[in-house]
Amino acid sequence: MSDAVTTAQIADEMYNLVKEYSGKKRFKSSDLTKEIIGKHGDKVNKKDCKAALRELMDSGRCVYGYAGGSFIALPGEEGAAKSQ
Amino acid sequence: MANHKLRKTPLLDDLQKGPWPSFVKDMKQIAVRKPMVNDLLGQLELSYKERVGHWKHGGLVGVIGYGGGVIGRYSDAPEQFPDVAHFHTIRVNQPSGWFYTSQALRDLCDIWEAHGSGMTNMHGSTGDCVFLGTTSEELEPIFAKLTEKDWDLGGSGSDVRTPSCCNGMARCEYACYDTMDVCYNITMEYQDELHRPAFPYKWKFKFSGCPNDCVASIARSDLSVIGTWRDDIRIDQAAVKAYADAGMDIRADVTRKCPTACMRYDGKEIHVNNKQCNRCMHCINAMPKALRPGKDTGATILIGGKAPIIEGALLSSVLVPFMKMDKADDYQEFKDLMERIWDFWDDHGVNRERIGECIERVGLGNFLEAIEVDPKPEHVKHPRTNPYIFYEEYFEDDGTDA
Repeated sequence: MSDAVTTAQIADEMYNLVKEYSGKKRFKSSDLTKEIIGKHGDKVNKKDCKAALRELMDSGRCVYGYAGGSFIALPGEEGAAKSQ
Repeated sequence: MANHKLRKTPLLDDLQKGPWPSFVKDMKQIAVRKPMVNDLLGQLELSYKERVGHWKHGGLVGVIGYGGGVIGRYSDAPEQFPDVAHFHTIRVNQPSGWFYTSQALRDLCDIWEAHGSGMTNMHGSTGDCVFLGTTSEELEPIFAKLTEKDWDLGGSGSDVRTPSCCNGMARCEYACYDTMDVCYNITMEYQDELHRPAFPYKWKFKFSGCPNDCVASIARSDLSVIGTWRDDIRIDQAAVKAYADAGMDIRADVTRKCPTACMRYDGKEIHVNNKQCNRCMHCINAMPKALRPGKDTGATILIGGKAPIIEGALLSSVLVPFMKMDKADDYQEFKDLMERIWDFWDDHGVNRERIGECIERVGLGNFLEAIEVDPKPEHVKHPRTNPYIFYEEYFEDDGTDA
């Protein structure tokens, strides 16, 4: 982990992004990684983001979804089940 | 005797006629004890009647921490068929080469009988053993029982799909590298990539031990690893004579069918111009006792194969003509190459774009430069018939601006 940006902090920032854009944009893992690296520059790298994503998923704060491709979403009603 | 009313399926019943095995017959047997399969038959009958599918696909379904291995599937007519309102598929990572003990198969079937429809697909085109049909509530219990027995889920979505391989050195004398070991090694190395989708789209590895390519890796995987050799085909001339004595027409059936005309038969012996051989395997398959792959073996790494989904089908094309596949080095050369390719794809791939499509879009030259692979004649598609091959170093700067 480089400098002062912790895995937990990255995970929080990723979670906030997913929450802020919920229902508007579907983030892939790489989208979140690019956002975080764009914000912190050399202070974070892809491995840091990968670890943060794992923390985010293992904690249950976010889940993976699938609609053609995989994306990251807030846990909620099962997507394809909604229109039942 | 069923405790539920069995669905009438006149259209599906037609599929039971004739001498062939019928999935309808199998499903009807299960439907007696599984209401889920009874409703599945009902929904399928409806689809046959209306000529339209009644499944919805995708959504936020899976086990905690994983993004792959469960494919969400829902009925669009849940009021009519409540027992298939959820009908999720689970992919279970198969053992390398599909070797099971009977106990392992019993374990899998017991788990599935208790928590799902009882129907399996052994195996899916991905290579996984596929459990067909369960509900969201059953996913975690199934996962817990699978992992208790040392099984794990396979890949799905935009991740590394479950790697698969031929049974290689376990059963085949042509295997030029240990496919099962590589497949297992790569599966374990890339667990994170397998379970947590991080790519623009799916990524498939398939490992074939020789150019016969029994797992069809060239057509079905983004990264095909196909066994090959770089020395000479081994020839047992006494065995060649034995084939001739037994009545084989060696010229008609072997040498004249060589696609590169690299071999000839003089009536007594076979002679091969190995530099012209393109490893098609025809002669070796035709005369397995007389001809064998060389001893300096390894693999050709090919990239970009895929079936048609977004764009049309692609066959993999050569990326690394020969790699040793060194077990002692833990296949590090191969893994280093993967990291460079994934870095590139991560940066340049667009959503739902396979690596083969990405390479076509950015150009092979740019791709090779980015992943630090030197251009080689083998990178040229149809090199024997393509006269338009240029390399930058052959152009001389004449001092004028074109």
